[in-house]
Amino acid sequence: MRIALIALIFMAPPSLAALPASAQETSPGGQLAQACTSCHGLQGRSIGAVPSLAGRPEADLVALLKTFRDAPNEATIMNRIARGYTDDEIAALAAYFSAMSPTP
Amino acid sequence: MIKLSRRDFVAAAAAGLAAPMLMSVPARAATAAKVVVIGGGFGGASIARYLRRNAPDLSVTLVERDKQFTTCPFSNGVIGGLWSIADVTFTYDGIAAAGVTVVHDTATTIDADRKTVALAGGTVLDYDYLVVSPGIQFVWDSIEGYSAEAADIMPHAWQAGPQTTLLRNQLEAMDDGGLVVIGVPAVPFRCPPGPYERATLIANYLTQAKPKSKIMILDANESFAKQPLFEEAWKNLYPGMVEWIPGSQSGIVMSVDTATMTVSTSFDDYQPAVANIIPAQRAGKIAIDAGLDAGQGFCSINPATFESTVHKGIYVLGDATIAGAMPKSGFSANNQAKACGAAILADIAGTEFTPAKLINVCYSFAKADYAFEVVDVFEVAGDTINLVFDDNRFTPVGASDEVHQTEAKYAHSWYENITAEMFG
Repeated sequence: MRIALIALIFMAPPSLAALPASAQETSPGGQLAQACTSCHGLQGRSIGAVPSLAGRPEADLVALLKTFRDAPNEATIMNRIARGYTDDEIAALAAYFSAMSPTP
Repeated sequence: MIKLSRRDFVAAAAAGLAAPMLMSVPARAATAAKVVVIGGGFGGASIARYLRRNAPDLSVTLVERDKQFTTCPFSNGVIGGLWSIADVTFTYDGIAAAGVTVVHDTATTIDADRKTVALAGGTVLDYDYLVVSPGIQFVWDSIEGYSAEAADIMPHAWQAGPQTTLLRNQLEAMDDGGLVVIGVPAVPFRCPPGPYERATLIANYLTQAKPKSKIMILDANESFAKQPLFEEAWKNLYPGMVEWIPGSQSGIVMSVDTATMTVSTSFDDYQPAVANIIPAQRAGKIAIDAGLDAGQGFCSINPATFESTVHKGIYVLGDATIAGAMPKSGFSANNQAKACGAAILADIAGTEFTPAKLINVCYSFAKADYAFEVVDVFEVAGDTINLVFDDNRFTPVGASDEVHQTEAKYAHSWYENITAEMFG
């Protein structure tokens, strides 16, 4: 038992240990992201046709959201939703999802 | 000061090193706090999972009457024959496996002063934080002659499960040429576009199986959610099959008689083959019994934290709330649950809670590969919740088949992801 517990200390799950504060669900970006994950999957890992966001490059996500927002008459859902978010909120969302692991 | 054994110390060190993401919540406070959640629907299941994900030491108990949960979202697809009831039914095994104590019982009494919840089976649970997410109950006497017993003959199918199957079976047993009546109560009710999606998917089934049949929507309201999109689908896909009668044209269902299968409005009597009667609604029984609605029928909440404005330490989620511009939907309840969960964790940690924007997306199906949606982004504004933008929230009228097909795929994906978050 004692050996197992000591082993645990040195085998802390890297996915948890590596997470920065901005990657927590309770961080400002993480809190905002909870609205997105209802469609895009928990922590941005989608199991369906809606694209996954986890682990995508931060700059790509920022650019994509701003492109959606700047073309509000395109007939996709993200063109409509993106209008609800400021530059700062888009940056926080991109930081959160890019910090997520694409695999659980 | 409790003296730690060497073994405890090593274990504590392991926990500390293994899970630095928990450190925003002080371990001792989180360990000591007890959260009780009443109701295992979209609100209750979502917050139970959220709390265990973000504070694995927290004690979370979910009180839920039933062993299985059938979702109202996607249940119209069962009624229309697109998929089966098993496809929209979940167990609580995933929630229990996530470390939530699941108690299958009915909460009967909340004592807000002593901070206890009594269950029908005799158990009394004490709590530091109580989340009440009971959904709706029906106001049976809103329609003369309607009752829980009458619903065995004229199903409401507005709480999914056996009622959903009953309505589907009645449609399958109906002769070609029959009249299907859907009675819609005045707003507010659970799932504002739901009655019209139901009419559309019943039309899809009848067009294929019983094309001489008709559907009549008797509506207490003068307009309805996504009206131009539904009317477009009725005209293009099911011409002549669906008739909508608003309240001002004798659309309000006043009384029913199950013995003669009569549905009556102010001026007209109908004798449908199948009557789907949706009565008026209010917050679930436990919320009303605890006085959380303050006599309003639904419960006022702090729009940032979802804490009851009546009792401190009690939070209310989902269809039972008055939540500003947020509709009574599973998506809303799920978003509210995560905001409320963050607020509770901040309160435990003694940190300030700042609300973030929330979303609601409601997809409606017109047939298997044709859906459309409304999107809402919300922000807290004073003592309410407002839309961030009020224009361009809908799939455009006249959208291509390809757009409707994509939205149908996205609707399925939404359902898969949100149910995995709660029950997976």
